[in-house]
Amino acid sequence: MFYRLSGIRHTRYAAARQLWPIPADRWQVGVLLALACLAPVLFSPFYLLSYLLPWLIFTAAALSLTLLMGIAGQLHFGFAAVMAIGAYSGIHLVRAGLPFELALLGAGLVAALIGTVFGAAALRVKGLYLVMATLAMQYLVDWVIINVPVISGGAQATLQAPSTTFLFVPLATGVARYYVALLWVLFVTLLLLNIKRSAVGRALVAVRDKDYAAAVIGIHVVRFKLVAFFTSSFLGGVTGAVLAFCYYQAVTPEQFTFNVSVQLVAMVLVGGLGSVIGAYLGAAFVLLVPIVLTNLVVLLNDLGWLNASTNLLSHIPLMIYGVLIIGFLLLEPLGLGKIYDNIRKYLLVWPFRHSDL
Amino acid sequence: MSYFIELLVNGALTGAMYGLAALGFVLIYKSSGVVNLAQGAMIMLAGYVIWMLVMVGLSVWLAIALGLVLMFLFGLLAERLLLRKMVGQPIIMIVMLTLGLEIFLRGVGPGFLGASPKQIDLGVPLAPVIIGDVFINRVYLIGGIVALVLIAASLLFFRTRLGTKLRAVSDDHVSSWSVGISVERAIGISWGLAGLSAIAAGAIWGSVQGVDWTLSELLFPAIAVVILGGLDSVVGVLVGSLIVGVLGSVIPGYLDELAGGGTRDVVTSLIILVTIMIRPYGIFGREDIERV
Repeated sequence: MFYRLSGIRHTRYAAARQLWPIPADRWQVGVLLALACLAPVLFSPFYLLSYLLPWLIFTAAALSLTLLMGIAGQLHFGFAAVMAIGAYSGIHLVRAGLPFELALLGAGLVAALIGTVFGAAALRVKGLYLVMATLAMQYLVDWVIINVPVISGGAQATLQAPSTTFLFVPLATGVARYYVALLWVLFVTLLLLNIKRSAVGRALVAVRDKDYAAAVIGIHVVRFKLVAFFTSSFLGGVTGAVLAFCYYQAVTPEQFTFNVSVQLVAMVLVGGLGSVIGAYLGAAFVLLVPIVLTNLVVLLNDLGWLNASTNLLSHIPLMIYGVLIIGFLLLEPLGLGKIYDNIRKYLLVWPFRHSDL
Repeated sequence: MSYFIELLVNGALTGAMYGLAALGFVLIYKSSGVVNLAQGAMIMLAGYVIWMLVMVGLSVWLAIALGLVLMFLFGLLAERLLLRKMVGQPIIMIVMLTLGLEIFLRGVGPGFLGASPKQIDLGVPLAPVIIGDVFINRVYLIGGIVALVLIAASLLFFRTRLGTKLRAVSDDHVSSWSVGISVERAIGISWGLAGLSAIAAGAIWGSVQGVDWTLSELLFPAIAVVILGGLDSVVGVLVGSLIVGVLGSVIPGYLDELAGGGTRDVVTSLIILVTIMIRPYGIFGREDIERV
């Protein structure tokens, strides 16, 4: 097949260590990149803005979370709160007159600082108790945002995102907003791929596997846990701001509730913990499959093959979503990323499927 | 002053009713080390089961009795079909699996039965009990008493033959196997018992606020109760639920007007956070010693 491993002999470390050592992978990445750049031409504005755009942004969020949960092993059930902090800081900074580029940076920093406070709990406890602690922080942040009028603009208020420019391009058009999101998700992807093959990434993995053992081999556990929380919260904060400016174009507390946190964790798990391609697949799966299946049921209903009430139809996405999570955990705990990996490895050695790789 | 006492008494009773939700949590965690985030949804499901049985034409008490059997079976099934396959998986997988079950149940119940709240009538008169100048809701009073009875019953249960087996299982799975205890069955039974406690909570909370998906939000105060009391301690449920209930009633009673409402969730969150930062295993919980 097109994946061929034969004839590829790296003679330098640099060549063996590059991000995509196999030409077929490079081709694949190139084609996908070209498709992503051409998407505004290929897809109608409706599909671009209501499917592709949220998919990209939520992929960035899932990538930020997988850095924390998958690579560093710190469980986090309050990531939507971190994104909310980023979104609100971003909008307030732009309103205060800062250019959008700096506001994004500021949003990331504010989210990173508060997110690191979340991380303080991780220094004390781990596993289950960390889940509970981050869950409690999610509720606290939600409450502060809703009840402090300076942040939310009053109870039940919606803050409109002010019109702004990114690198001198006004964000008024959907295409411009799409490209901002694309740039951001590409940046996060490259960052994650590189973290995974650097010393920092290996230290984080050591902390994930067993923090005491990591300390024994000379890894500063406290520092790396905080680094993981800081980096991932920074990315999450900027993603939140991008989400507010490019997708919702407004921000309300309801966009970042506990359910969104659960959704993000679901994306990471369905995709596969720590897998970069998995974050893309997981985000697509969790966002799109309930929509597609619900549309299917609605279609069957309209054709008269099913007789479901509107109430039932409105709850079907929730059921599908729950079944998806349960099904994936039972059948493929390593997620879509692992399935992709299996297919890729099969093709690499095709037709000699018993050679091990 | 009477306002304070009223908050105190009602808070303690509400707390005891949180204890009903927390009890199921502890039963499961004590035997299998699994945190069941679907406990809130199980209470909702129990409420729906009772409501449906009443709609079929049974009296409330018969419905509750039959509901006990059904929810016990549901607990057994959930353990057999879902949780048993997850043995040995990382904690995040198990937590997420129970959350998936929670989301699914939250879709199924209101989806098939209608989203409007369903009333369960326990036949308790609406007039409050008046002691001095303190008004106490009768259902809360009964709920509090039922909670206390159930907690006491679980304490006694853990002294019976079966309860001793469950305690052995909670201590160590492998050594339980080696002395001939069926660990799988013990864990299954603990899920069934959690289903039983869900019926009690579902009947009482369902009659207080109606059965709809908001019942599953009992999960959050229940988590605070078990974190505070200790995840594997029945006595902890009693103490934790009283503290969470009283603080969650008295503090919002004075602060809600100043802060613009919703301080109960803040109190609950802070209880969780402070406990985890100071004494993660709770007041009565057993501290896990970890080895590399």
